[in-house]
Amino acid sequence: MNHWPFILSAYGLTVALTAVLILWAWTTMRRAERRAEQLKRR
Amino acid sequence: MHALANPARFLRIARPATGWLLAVGLALAIAGMAAGLTLTPPDYLQGESVRILYVHVPAAWLGMGGWAGLAAASVSQLVWRHPLAAIAGRAIAPAGATFTAICLMTGSIWGRPTWGTWWEWDGRLTSMLVLLFLYLGYIGLAGAERERGGEGRLAALFGLVGAINLPIIHYSVLWWRTLHQGQSISITGGSTIHGSILWPLPLTVTGFALIFAAVVLMRIRAELAEAKVEARMRRAGAE
Repeated sequence: MNHWPFILSAYGLTVALTAVLILWAWTTMRRAERRAEQLKRR
Repeated sequence: MHALANPARFLRIARPATGWLLAVGLALAIAGMAAGLTLTPPDYLQGESVRILYVHVPAAWLGMGGWAGLAAASVSQLVWRHPLAAIAGRAIAPAGATFTAICLMTGSIWGRPTWGTWWEWDGRLTSMLVLLFLYLGYIGLAGAERERGGEGRLAALFGLVGAINLPIIHYSVLWWRTLHQGQSISITGGSTIHGSILWPLPLTVTGFALIFAAVVLMRIRAELAEAKVEARMRRAGAE
């Protein structure tokens, strides 16, 4: 059995889920901090 | 730890630390994965599929380590009522759930060519699946408590009680001799895997651990900013 399709699927899945986690955490943090900053300036 | 419970002091450290943790974590994880894919030899028994361990093992350790952190935050909240403890627990949960899901999925992908099956109701696999359900339960409970304006004490209790699953996961390969192999990697030495295969693992473990820490800091910063906005809105509404 060729193992490479399994290996590449495992790595692809890890990279994709980690990237989604980082992007979600980053965008929600930036949005919340921007909103707090805007309210502070008012 | 007590000094960091002050949100203002915490933010002074967290703001510069977030970017550094993320950058170094990404560099180490990418280097470890590239080395694991190209520079190590195949295992004499598992063949090429052994390369999946470089992503599967860090995910398993971070899934379990995440719940240990969540349980520690729960103790801080219940015993010392640290202002950041409930936020820390809620910040850890999504990262822990993601890495637990990665562990289960990569393990399943590794199992197909190695064991001949995607899934087996084995002690280790089942207890890891229970950990994922515990994370999802915690996320739901903590979110609901926050929406109702609660302190999150119920979620903290849930986090503490759920920690009973950690020794079950760890000892499952000893208590139930089923499909998952026994402990073959130890951070205190005595690993049964040859060094020529094992060496990229510390890179991916450290890399993903730093990414995990960066995500937790980002979530805490987001929650602190949201709390600031809510407080200002309440004050504006009262005036």
